[in-house]
Amino acid sequence: MEAKKLAPAGAARRAEADINERETRLRWRDQVSEYSLVLIFVVMFLTMSFSVDHFFSVDNMLGLALSISQIGMVACTMMFCLAARDFDLSVGSTIAFAGVVCAMVLNATGSVMLAVTVAVTAGCVIGFVNGAVIAYLRINPLITTLATMEIVRGLGFIVSHGQAVGVSSEGFITLGSLSLFGISLPIWVTLICFVIFGVMLNSTIYGRNTLAIGGNPEASRLAGINVDLTRVIIFLVQGAVTAVAGVILASRITSGQPNAAEGFELNVISACVLGGVSLLGGRATISGVVIGVLIMGTVENVMNLLNIDAFYQYLVRGAILLAAVLLDQFKNRGARD
Amino acid sequence: MSSILGFENVGKVFPGVRALAGVSFNVDAGEVHGLMGENGAGKSTLLKILGGEYQPDSGRILIDGMAAHFRNAAASINAGVAVIHQELQYVPDLSVAENLLLGRLPGSRGFFSKARATSIARQRLESMGVDLDPAARLRKLSIAQRQMVEICKALMRDARIIALDEPTSSLSHSETEVLFNLVRQLKRDRRALIYISHRMDEIYELCDTCTIFRDGRKILSHPKLKDVPRAKLVSEMVGREITDIYNYEPRALGEVRLSVDRMTGAPLTESASFNVRSGEIVGFFGLVGAGRSELMHLIYGSRRKTRGTVTLDGEAVQIGSARVAIRHGMVLCPEDRKEEGIVSMASVSENINISCRRHSARAGMFLDGKREAETAERFINLLKIKTPSRRQKVRFLSGGNQQKVILARWLAEPDLRVVILDEPTRGIDVGAKHEIYNVIYQLARRGCAIVVISSELPEVLGVSDRVIVMREGRIAGELDRDAASEQVVLSLALPPGRPSENRAA
Repeated sequence: MEAKKLAPAGAARRAEADINERETRLRWRDQVSEYSLVLIFVVMFLTMSFSVDHFFSVDNMLGLALSISQIGMVACTMMFCLAARDFDLSVGSTIAFAGVVCAMVLNATGSVMLAVTVAVTAGCVIGFVNGAVIAYLRINPLITTLATMEIVRGLGFIVSHGQAVGVSSEGFITLGSLSLFGISLPIWVTLICFVIFGVMLNSTIYGRNTLAIGGNPEASRLAGINVDLTRVIIFLVQGAVTAVAGVILASRITSGQPNAAEGFELNVISACVLGGVSLLGGRATISGVVIGVLIMGTVENVMNLLNIDAFYQYLVRGAILLAAVLLDQFKNRGARD
Repeated sequence: MSSILGFENVGKVFPGVRALAGVSFNVDAGEVHGLMGENGAGKSTLLKILGGEYQPDSGRILIDGMAAHFRNAAASINAGVAVIHQELQYVPDLSVAENLLLGRLPGSRGFFSKARATSIARQRLESMGVDLDPAARLRKLSIAQRQMVEICKALMRDARIIALDEPTSSLSHSETEVLFNLVRQLKRDRRALIYISHRMDEIYELCDTCTIFRDGRKILSHPKLKDVPRAKLVSEMVGREITDIYNYEPRALGEVRLSVDRMTGAPLTESASFNVRSGEIVGFFGLVGAGRSELMHLIYGSRRKTRGTVTLDGEAVQIGSARVAIRHGMVLCPEDRKEEGIVSMASVSENINISCRRHSARAGMFLDGKREAETAERFINLLKIKTPSRRQKVRFLSGGNQQKVILARWLAEPDLRVVILDEPTRGIDVGAKHEIYNVIYQLARRGCAIVVISSELPEVLGVSDRVIVMREGRIAGELDRDAASEQVVLSLALPPGRPSENRAA
């Protein structure tokens, strides 16, 4: 046999060396992939700071933070949704609807408190309907939220008679530009969301259950987790937070626009996927989502600074999403079930 | 003349663990080579390398003396290798015929010929002695039947090298016999066969030679298995002496803990009633499909019952879901650990703590990380779970160790009253089985009422205080330990009219 030509001891020693080398290489790969997202962002940030004018200025940084505040807020709850192996396409419509409802109630009653409460309640109802239909009627989440996306968008147009609902209340308009330590309210809300949802994901039973459900819903059920209730809560919370984002948007543009945030859901999901959230469920980190949102926001910010045609921005966003998914595949090569 | 198949210093590393190192042995034409070893010892990994799914990190595979590189499964199949895995790989929504001919569907000019596929499939199935309808959809078949399809699929490729990984784990007696005949036929056809099994009887019955694995390394090969006494094989596998695997000791029994009265629901054909006392171990035996798992799922609330009451410690309880059952102190270890047991992408610690964490949560919400780490470490030690750390993702563990993780999950629950174990030692090696039985006895001594469903007759007879036999959807009989013998139990388990089969599982 060909094998006998080599001294058996020599072959065995070489084999041992091969294995050692492989072990070291794997350990390296693990370390690198853990920090790959952060690395990418840091590299990108530094490159932009040095090559693009006005990028690294307080004004631009604040503007950047503001521009990602809306997507950042909703990405927190979308992270939970995707982690539980669900999907939500209705967030864009909910933002628009919440804005419209808020503006209308405000104009009718003059009370900011009431307007915001009604809008958030509307968001909760939408979320609850999503969750209940998906969990209890067992309809596919993609289909369900596709339907609610259309329905809620339609309701927004109906209720507003297809026109923007202008807001004149001074109190409301200042909401969007309130600032503390030079940082405006929307940014604070987003930061608070990151912290709260991050803690929830890592340190609460609710968060761990969410990941377990996404990892294996049947095993979770048999292990005693109330899978249905958890999913309903996830959608309900998403509805509420999305409504808050809608209210803030209405405050900033001083009107409730029924056609606001069209296509927003895909941006949020892209940011999550960029941030390492698996569409198959069971895998998500808050740090990943933060980075994902930052990367997407930074890319858009830079494209605007460079005056790149809006149409090309679509291409870039799509390309980045593909690159993110490819990177994710590469990291998990050979380790997938 | 060179061996058909040779492994030379084959090694494989995964993140954090050396699955294989320096494995070398040969298999000749017409040889049935058994592989034995504890879970996690590397046998399945070796087969995955043979099948092209993994690439070896060191060493090589030799086919007819020439080095072979299998970049993927197709390459290995083309080289004449057929590997039948423990985890079934089929397409649930296609028919038996389509699954059998996957990748080689017959047809002309791009059109698939269903009739040709069905007739080819029927012909081959008949020649192999397998009774399956080629048009049936795999989703509708039982696990055992799906496994038969898997085996037939590999055999239909006319491979020269065939490797079987725990092929009989879900098969009934008669199906196992069919498989054995197939194996003997292949041997006569001068193919090279590798056979992995934890069941000593099978290894001794089928294999000419045997290689023992431990911790990823080959310990030794026995060129003539016939001459090796069983006890020696076991001690080589485990590294220590095990005299009596079952180690049964009678214990004091308490009051009736679990009482099931007239439980009715699909697919039971008759209502079922039985009791289990505190400290008692009741074994449920029956052929595959007898309805044992289904009965337990009806009791546990994961299947809807039409009628029936469950009484725990004298108190009637309404158990509508697993959640409610657990809160009453009744837990179930499911049969299919991959689909219903583990959350594969989560860590060992997560899987162990998934249910009991609610007891240590602060303010009912926040995890107690320290307690969870302690719990995980405690059970990793207690059950001797082979894992580099508690943070290791469960999917990297061997099947047997995954099962131990699931057991740990329930052992971690305080106030356990009833423990239902569905095939708890399936696919688990002798050493680990011994450890699991000890855990079961510990639970019984603590006062739990225990139900063990098993298709392995020696196990049921070895471990139970009482044996309940099910047949075709109903309870066929109940026997005390002294009255239960292989003959009696089998005669209750087999449908009338079939000759009693003397093979031990």
